[in-house]
Amino acid sequence: MDVIWEGIGQALRLILSGDPDLLQIVFLSLVVSGSATVLSIIVGIPYGTLLALNRFAGRSFMLGLVNTGMGMPPVVVGLVLSIFLWRSGPLGFLNMLYTPVAMVVAQFLIATPIVTGVSMAAIAQLDPKLRLQMLGLGASRLQLLWVLFQEARLPLLTAVMAGFGGVISEVGSVIMVGGNIKGQTRVLTTAIVTETSRGSFGLAMALGVILLALAFGANLLLTLLQQKGRPVR
Amino acid sequence: MTALLEMRDLLVILNGKPALDIKSLMVEKGETLAVIGPNGAGKSTLLKVLALLQKPSQGQLLLDGKPVRFSGNLLSQRRRLALVMQQPLLRGTTTFENVATGLRFRRVLGSEVRRRVEDWLGRLGISLLAARHAHTLSGGEAQRTSLARALVLQPDLLLLDEPFADLDPPTREDLMSEIRSILHETGTTAVFVTHDRDEALRLGDRLAVMMDGRVLQEGRPQEVLARPASQEVAAFVGTETVLPGVVRNEQQGLLDVEVAPEKHVAAVGRSTVGSQVLVCLRPEEVTLLEPHQEGHSSARNHFLGTVQEVSDLGLFLRVTLDCGFPIVAYATRISVSEMAIALGQPLVASFKATAVHLIPQ
Repeated sequence: MDVIWEGIGQALRLILSGDPDLLQIVFLSLVVSGSATVLSIIVGIPYGTLLALNRFAGRSFMLGLVNTGMGMPPVVVGLVLSIFLWRSGPLGFLNMLYTPVAMVVAQFLIATPIVTGVSMAAIAQLDPKLRLQMLGLGASRLQLLWVLFQEARLPLLTAVMAGFGGVISEVGSVIMVGGNIKGQTRVLTTAIVTETSRGSFGLAMALGVILLALAFGANLLLTLLQQKGRPVR
Repeated sequence: MTALLEMRDLLVILNGKPALDIKSLMVEKGETLAVIGPNGAGKSTLLKVLALLQKPSQGQLLLDGKPVRFSGNLLSQRRRLALVMQQPLLRGTTTFENVATGLRFRRVLGSEVRRRVEDWLGRLGISLLAARHAHTLSGGEAQRTSLARALVLQPDLLLLDEPFADLDPPTREDLMSEIRSILHETGTTAVFVTHDRDEALRLGDRLAVMMDGRVLQEGRPQEVLARPASQEVAAFVGTETVLPGVVRNEQQGLLDVEVAPEKHVAAVGRSTVGSQVLVCLRPEEVTLLEPHQEGHSSARNHFLGTVQEVSDLGLFLRVTLDCGFPIVAYATRISVSEMAIALGQPLVASFKATAVHLIPQ
């Protein structure tokens, strides 16, 4: 138990002292996972909307793909991406392996099915008659989509948070394609792995507390926004 | 009269079955066409076609005499109409913004939006709710918002899809009479779809009866009610007594129709002796008398029978009399207690020859 209290104490000291190594790790974690989430939103929300609103040949196959992707183990993504980016691999010429860019790509592949799946559910829970009603008031196709996004804004926010939560806490793919190089590709999760294996539980705990605080902060923000969006009776 | 809308040989096939099959139907400028029919009659499909959201499989829809090209971009034509549905389907924002929805789609200037929305919030009596979140409104308030949202667009054609069906009776009465006067004041052309014949009678300038995707009859509401063109229409518009009979005699437009052995109904109409007809009689045309009062009525038809069934319809009672053939009449609560109507009691059903409508078979 002592190690936990010690860890929390050390976390506070590190945060308060503004340790440059720590700041660098936190910053890289946020940049990598943040970029991956933004990219997954750009792809996942339109794709989820398409799947929610249309019936087309191959839709069931696409749904299966998204559902499988939502539960995809990050190590598998890391493995496949590593094979592609390996020096002799098909994308080896890009020299991307062990760079933050490779980490963004890996996390993008993990987050996109999550964002797609949750946005699909968000749009599908809207009354299908709402579409007819908005078109019957003179909405163009784009205006209709805009109304649907607005109506589903809170569940869509959940999609974004689920995507971010999924990647900020994953370790399997970033350690494989990032390599956990100190000062270059080390992020919170990989740093925790390293510190734990070294037996420096205090530092590992400190990093864990920061990671938890980040996840908690993101969820708190979401909850606050949801409260704000709810009508007052 | 000029037709705003006209349908010609319009066919819509959904899931391999004809959902709509309309030879010819017109909506004239300024009128309210009420379309009634049971559930699944194709009313909603009709409305979708009129809203230019459902492409017909065959045939034409003419708007202002010009055929609508469903393959092209219909946005500017769609913006000439406005739709109100059974559920209010409001957006998660204020009442004001909900009413402004269609104006925002049309990129109307902010000051103009404010002026028009405030005007219509006032006309529908919901000005005080302008800042309220739509999801806190009652059913009636929400439907008023939905109606204001459509009317604020000053549409060339207003499409109403059972807008009163989910409301409680007092709210429904109020809103219906308000909408009726608004439609008349503004001269708005409207198509009003409902399965409720009383609503259709109150709002419709003209009535079309739909079943199985077809228009079975159209005309002035009272005319359709009094003279249904077929047994199906008769049943749907509330003609409770429908009896097969044979015309036995004809004298100066007065027909003698035998509906049961030795039972003859006098009717006014055109038919030839010996032809098969259906005798239709609306329950509100039948007066119930006690046997000794028979001479008090000037009506031509009198049939003595016994009370076979009495069912409570709330405001009045529905009485079925067995006169050798069944006749259905309505009775008020007062007359029921005065005459002490009870099962097996003898009563006389009396009705005028002009109240009888004949459908040739």
